[in-house]
Amino acid sequence: MTAPATAAAVHTLWTAAGDNPAIPAPHIEYGQLSPMLVVLGAAVAGILAEAFLPRRARYTGQVAIALLGLAGAFAAVVALAASGHATTRAGLAAMGAVAVDGPALFLQGVILLVAVVAVLSFAERRLEPRGADGAPVDAFAPQGSAVPGSDQEKAAARAGFATTEVFPLTLFAVAGMLLFPAASDLLTMFVALEVFSLPLYLLCALARRRRLLSQEAAVKYFLLGAFASAFFLFGTALLYGYAGTVSLGGIADVVSGKAPVTPALSGTTGNDALLLIGLAMLAVGLLFKVGAVPFHAWTPDVYQGAPTPVTGFMAAATKVAAFGALLRLLYVALPGMRWDWRPVMWGVAILTMVAGAVLAVTQTDVKRLLAYSSIAHAGFILTGVIATDRAGVSSVLFYLAAYSFVTLGAFAVVTLVRDAGGEATHLSRWAGLGRRSPLVAAVFALFLLAFAGIPLTSGFTGKFAVFQAAASGGAVPLVVVGVLSSAVAAFFYIRVIVLMFFSDPKADGPSVAVPSPLTATAIGLGVLVTVVLGLLPQYFLDLADKASVFVR
Amino acid sequence: MNPVNYLYLAALLFTIGATGVLVRRNAIVLFMCVELMLNASNLALVTFSRLHGNLDGQVIAFFTMVVAAAEVVVGLAIIVSIFRTRHSASVDDANLMKL
Repeated sequence: MTAPATAAAVHTLWTAAGDNPAIPAPHIEYGQLSPMLVVLGAAVAGILAEAFLPRRARYTGQVAIALLGLAGAFAAVVALAASGHATTRAGLAAMGAVAVDGPALFLQGVILLVAVVAVLSFAERRLEPRGADGAPVDAFAPQGSAVPGSDQEKAAARAGFATTEVFPLTLFAVAGMLLFPAASDLLTMFVALEVFSLPLYLLCALARRRRLLSQEAAVKYFLLGAFASAFFLFGTALLYGYAGTVSLGGIADVVSGKAPVTPALSGTTGNDALLLIGLAMLAVGLLFKVGAVPFHAWTPDVYQGAPTPVTGFMAAATKVAAFGALLRLLYVALPGMRWDWRPVMWGVAILTMVAGAVLAVTQTDVKRLLAYSSIAHAGFILTGVIATDRAGVSSVLFYLAAYSFVTLGAFAVVTLVRDAGGEATHLSRWAGLGRRSPLVAAVFALFLLAFAGIPLTSGFTGKFAVFQAAASGGAVPLVVVGVLSSAVAAFFYIRVIVLMFFSDPKADGPSVAVPSPLTATAIGLGVLVTVVLGLLPQYFLDLADKASVFVR
Repeated sequence: MNPVNYLYLAALLFTIGATGVLVRRNAIVLFMCVELMLNASNLALVTFSRLHGNLDGQVIAFFTMVVAAAEVVVGLAIIVSIFRTRHSASVDDANLMKL
């Protein structure tokens, strides 16, 4: 190592500041960062509203702030895309920390639309029985700090408390998710990862019913999530050690040998252990967030325990953001390493598809069933990631857009099927639902068919696109495994449909609550996107294709 | 002293932290082990910063400290709330969702 020379260099960095106090201000393109800034601004406004608005006005105020912020951010994304930032004017903003390019803007648009639908289902207040004072209540605990079953909690419920903080928390999570797929260096990626994870841990713990399960889900999610992000950070440190920079483009240059080898770099760039272990640790962090086997253990417990609207939001938006970041890391920073990471991703994809599909067969709880189904879908999306070409990127983008709306809709339907104890999530309780409530059962059946990838639904188009991309990328065995596990998965989706329509309803079975227009809109949008992306996918496939080039 | 030794120390601390997360039972201890892993990363970042002669790694270490502080806020809130409910912070007791 060239310790003395570099020590002098570092020393001059410290002392130079004393001689020349002028520090050049960074150049920030506020316009290009506006989607994130608008959402963060709305989140801060939500915190202030929480502090200053009277309790009675908070619900309306928070919902309005959240929806306005998300709509404003979506308008900003559309404006950026319309002015060519997705294609010809794509570039790096904020001193190279944030990429404003096709994949980033496409995924930001999807995340914002998903967040709008999620906020609508968060705001639902007609499903729970009214509180003691006759005011409607939502799906969240009256007071998060009160011990479940205690006098304090009863007093909070009597006083009509509500955790309206969920809306600002959601906005903070959305801001992190917008930044995550756009992050163009590993530090920004790490910060974005934490910014969207921390509010999600809290949202998981805030269920009104079954609070013990909810708190348990939050503890599991938090401990495992922190464990995974520690791996991500150590991977960042190792890649920084290898390349001397954390910018994704800079790492790619060092990996491919384009960057000039300085004396300081010569000591570490020859060390493949740093590169390979760093890559593996970053992959652990990201694969945890997408819920791929063998880093999937948290998924069923957290999906089951979290409040159902939060589960829908988490399942849809986290997956979109995390796959965006995984694509950017693998395609921008480490394309030169693809002969090393592709075999590993092959193994992970096969394990994920098979384990997700097979374990789902044994489930008896609807939320756990959907959790294992989301694991299997992570595997299908990974086959598109492995294609390592433009078709791979565009198919993954399309799949994420299609899958997220199906998931949101399915979890929104789960919130409607209720009995005296809250949501009736055990599968046996769903028997005969089609006779009692044909419309809700038909909508759920449509979502299940879309999960299974039956033609004329968005699920088929998405699955076809990723498998086609993987096959033309030379991963034919992977496609065969994918099709086989789709068949296994189709079995348990169809089983639920048969249970709903072809078995007799029980006398004491759950009732289907009539939702307010909020949840009805959320489910309606899910149905609309599922059908439109299934029947008329061409426009959206073209859009995903146009948006499929990463900037460096 | 050769700065590479600090990298070995960082790897050792990270391994101790990861092992602790896997074998310990108390949620608070698990959480401290995660913090140990983050600090091992900080040590590695600062060492690499010195090896490369640029300040990026030191700046990242500051960001990590802030993120770790934010994580403590959220994590302790969750762990305290589950402790008040169950009078136990053992992760083995949190098993309501086992199949």
